[in-house]
Amino acid sequence: MSQGIAFYAIFFAAIFTNNILLTNYLGMCSFLAVSREVKTSTGLGMAVVFVMTVTSVLNWLAYRYILLPLDLTYLRYIVFIVIIAAFVQLLEMIIERVSDTLYSALGIFLPLITVNCAILGVSLFMVIRKYTLLQSFFYGLGSGIGWALAIIAMAGIRQKMAKARIPKGLAGAGITLIIAGIMALAFMGFSGMIKIT
Amino acid sequence: MALYKVKRVFGEDLGANNPVFAQVLGICSTLAVTNVLKNTVVMCAGLIFVTALSNLTVSFLRNIMPGRIRMMVETLIIASYVIIVDIVLRAYLPDISRQLGPYVGLIITNCIIMGRAEAFALKNPPGLSFLDGIASGIGYSYVLMSIAVLRELFGSGSIWGYKVLGASWTNWSIMVMAPGAFFMLAIFIWIVKGSTNRGEK
Repeated sequence: MSQGIAFYAIFFAAIFTNNILLTNYLGMCSFLAVSREVKTSTGLGMAVVFVMTVTSVLNWLAYRYILLPLDLTYLRYIVFIVIIAAFVQLLEMIIERVSDTLYSALGIFLPLITVNCAILGVSLFMVIRKYTLLQSFFYGLGSGIGWALAIIAMAGIRQKMAKARIPKGLAGAGITLIIAGIMALAFMGFSGMIKIT
Repeated sequence: MALYKVKRVFGEDLGANNPVFAQVLGICSTLAVTNVLKNTVVMCAGLIFVTALSNLTVSFLRNIMPGRIRMMVETLIIASYVIIVDIVLRAYLPDISRQLGPYVGLIITNCIIMGRAEAFALKNPPGLSFLDGIASGIGYSYVLMSIAVLRELFGSGSIWGYKVLGASWTNWSIMVMAPGAFFMLAIFIWIVKGSTNRGEK
């Protein structure tokens, strides 16, 4: 059913019309916790883009060539989460050895990523929508960029808001959710440009 | 197990230490299902089941689990229970299972379950951990259900699929879409935090 959708349509849809954070609510926990400064948000965003792209490809391969032939598709939750956790762990070790600057920029965010629901969500959506390998790659990449875009924009807004006077009960999580709602409204303006299911 | 301990567990998880209001945890996967009450109830039942049983299991294993890999072990325990929920839903409630889509699987990465396992089950005996799982599950569920009732009422003019508001009601379609969920949760947090702050003064 989704075989015919061109990969670039999936890529742009994942960034704008079907933004994983603003329309599917995935990755909210780290979104609320880390979006205080543009610098840290950028770091986390970059790490998410990379991990999401690679794990969606790895999970696609594992699903297509291991789980489907063995008729073990109900085990996909365990397999996906183990692949994600193992990949993040591996990445952390490699970065630590190879580059100190990269490690100090991304290192602290990597453990957070394992429990980021957006990463697992992308893999699960990819299975449900029956994407091909190329489509999955671009879906993962697009979703990662979309998530990074949302968190960086949010951090920019929150930095500006730091001196604003906010009603007491609304400070912190409340106002962040309201901004997220307004951002979701803005992103709804893109809907209709590209249609994917 | 002393009664006062049980009472304290329930009191904290339902009130002051409610996972959604106090810690703003675990809203990731579940805001998406609050546009229809029926789906929310099913999702919450699944969540309570997983939280309670994974807390129980983690608590039984807490003395033999090596510290370094305990996060991995906890994740696998949670994932196993989520698979049970998923298979049961697909067998008995196929329609709802299809609508929930990937969000059942995303219970695994719901921060509340992992958070309770880390913060409570690792330090407490199995019985109490089991109750804590149920209590924080319920504390989470009633927030979601109240949001779901309002969203379905304003967004489709119905509750549990029955028309309540009559034909003259114009649906606020924004409520069933993404921004509605963000605004509703923000307003809820505002009301709760506002009222507790006043109580302290």
